[in-house]
Amino acid sequence: MSGVTTPTALPMKVSAGGKLGRRKDEAPQGRRRGSPTSRLTPYLFLLVPIALLVTFTYVPMMNMFQYSVTDWNGISKTRDSVGLDNYARIFTDPEYFRVFFVSLYYFAASFIQMALALYFATVLSFSTRFRNVFKGILFFPYLLNGVAIGLTFLYFFRPGGTLDASLAFVGLESLQQQWLGDRSLVNVSLAGTSVWRYMGLNFVLFLGAIQSINPSLYEAAELDGANRWHQFRWLILPSIKPIIGLSFILAISGSLSVFEIPFIMTGGANGSSTFVIQTMNTAFEFRRVGLASAMAVVLLLFVLLITWIQRRIVPDEKVDLT
Amino acid sequence: MTATRVPERTGSHEPASTQHVTEKDRTGRAGRIVATAAKYATLVLACFASLLPIVVIVIAALKPAEEFRSSGVFELPSGVYLGNFVTAFTDGRMALGFVHTAIILTVSVGGAVVIGAMTAYAVDRFEFAAKRLVLVLFLIAVLVPGVTMQVATFQIVNGLGLYNTLLAPIVLFMGTDIVSIYIFLQFVRSVPRELDEAATLDGANHWTIFWQIIFPLLKPAVVTVVVIKGFAAYNEFYIPHLYMPSRELPVLSTSLFRFMGPYGSQWEIIAAGVLIVIIPTLVVFLMLQRYIYNGFTSGASK
Repeated sequence: MSGVTTPTALPMKVSAGGKLGRRKDEAPQGRRRGSPTSRLTPYLFLLVPIALLVTFTYVPMMNMFQYSVTDWNGISKTRDSVGLDNYARIFTDPEYFRVFFVSLYYFAASFIQMALALYFATVLSFSTRFRNVFKGILFFPYLLNGVAIGLTFLYFFRPGGTLDASLAFVGLESLQQQWLGDRSLVNVSLAGTSVWRYMGLNFVLFLGAIQSINPSLYEAAELDGANRWHQFRWLILPSIKPIIGLSFILAISGSLSVFEIPFIMTGGANGSSTFVIQTMNTAFEFRRVGLASAMAVVLLLFVLLITWIQRRIVPDEKVDLT
Repeated sequence: MTATRVPERTGSHEPASTQHVTEKDRTGRAGRIVATAAKYATLVLACFASLLPIVVIVIAALKPAEEFRSSGVFELPSGVYLGNFVTAFTDGRMALGFVHTAIILTVSVGGAVVIGAMTAYAVDRFEFAAKRLVLVLFLIAVLVPGVTMQVATFQIVNGLGLYNTLLAPIVLFMGTDIVSIYIFLQFVRSVPRELDEAATLDGANHWTIFWQIIFPLLKPAVVTVVVIKGFAAYNEFYIPHLYMPSRELPVLSTSLFRFMGPYGSQWEIIAAGVLIVIIPTLVVFLMLQRYIYNGFTSGASK
């Protein structure tokens, strides 16, 4: 669910002027017959979906706002209001706001991730031998189970593990170090793991966007004497700008909500704790549900703010890969 | 690895413009060859980086304990030893994990498909007051950071008596979301309304129309949603970790996670466990590649 990029990008079209709504010129079936039962019909179809949505998303969300101004421990029958103390604490106690800086590692990593994805998507959009094999291998890590990835990379980074052995193999023993034990390095290692995991999704999205460019445009460019770099700079890049913009915005909210990789690999030890790990530990280890709720509210507001900004700056209609 | 992309760029746009035409052609061709070589070199390097972490896991999993301890990471196993898989599968309770994952996946994905299709049908075929509100509710829900919401969702799940039951992940995965609704909506919309009307004249009610006419025509959308939700359910770790802590209720992810304690440094067994989780993913990927690419691109861009 969390990571540098989440698969659920924002559904761009819902707000685009009632695109989801029915076309005006067609007579609505329910109303034509007009009986009270048929007017109830859509609600009967929506009964289960809405019940699940309200029970497991909206009721908890409202509770979360309520808990966030209390000192509730999650068990006791009583809870006392503490006003905005929890919020003040998140932004003033270094123990809580320091974890925001960890996000910067993942944010930086997401640029490397997007650059790699863009490079390989561009390269593979031109005719290439074994294209599908390359595509499959680059994408495959994205499909893997997070715990399997976490353990694989614990083995990768452990002393004498895959990385150290590879360095020894190419004669770089001097670079061997405590990849996960060194406080200044642990977040780099974890963010690297995140790039390995999520690059494939960016890559496949970019590749889809590039392949939807009209092939005759390449021919025209070639007739005009454009080489591959010109084609990339003046044809491919402008055509896929919307999906790059979207990926960039998702990288911001993704790096704020990093969770699985560091939780599984280090449990947040050694300065690798992220905001989400901190929130979950506050709630379920230290039983401070009030404070944890305030943290969850802060994250929610951040994500909503980023989404709002995205909708301002990325044009709605253009992100369409099909 | 970012640095390795430079040769490709400069290689193809280097031809010195001052030189004689044939000379220029020759350098152009040489540039092309360098660019092509650089392209394949970076691709092979990337595939190597992609596969190496998993390949060494395969090597580790096939070695008996003593051999693992005395041999190097890249040293191939002396034979095919499957004892680690047996240990992981039985002592690690992964068999039970498979059963639970299969139940959760089947029920929740099946439910999500039916619920998503019904929502799309209701939204496309009816005009009702709360339609926009319903869509906005689903739209906002997708933005809510799922993991941190569990701080409050936990109280609800617990209050409903679902804690430490398979139903907790099932109900949490089963709900639909705006992405699935949108995927179904595209297909519901393409079913001509004349079909509904003809069926109405034959006396069919909306329930029958949905099941007999609409739903069977949504197959491509069902495949897409099954791919997205299926992988999510198979790979989900934190929800079962939080809601099913009982030792009797492992899913694949949590049974593997529990390897970290007792098998601490027995990497050959952990490696076998990792592969037991990865192999089904690999098989499904190889069988359904086309659907999987389609699923994830349409899931992410809608």
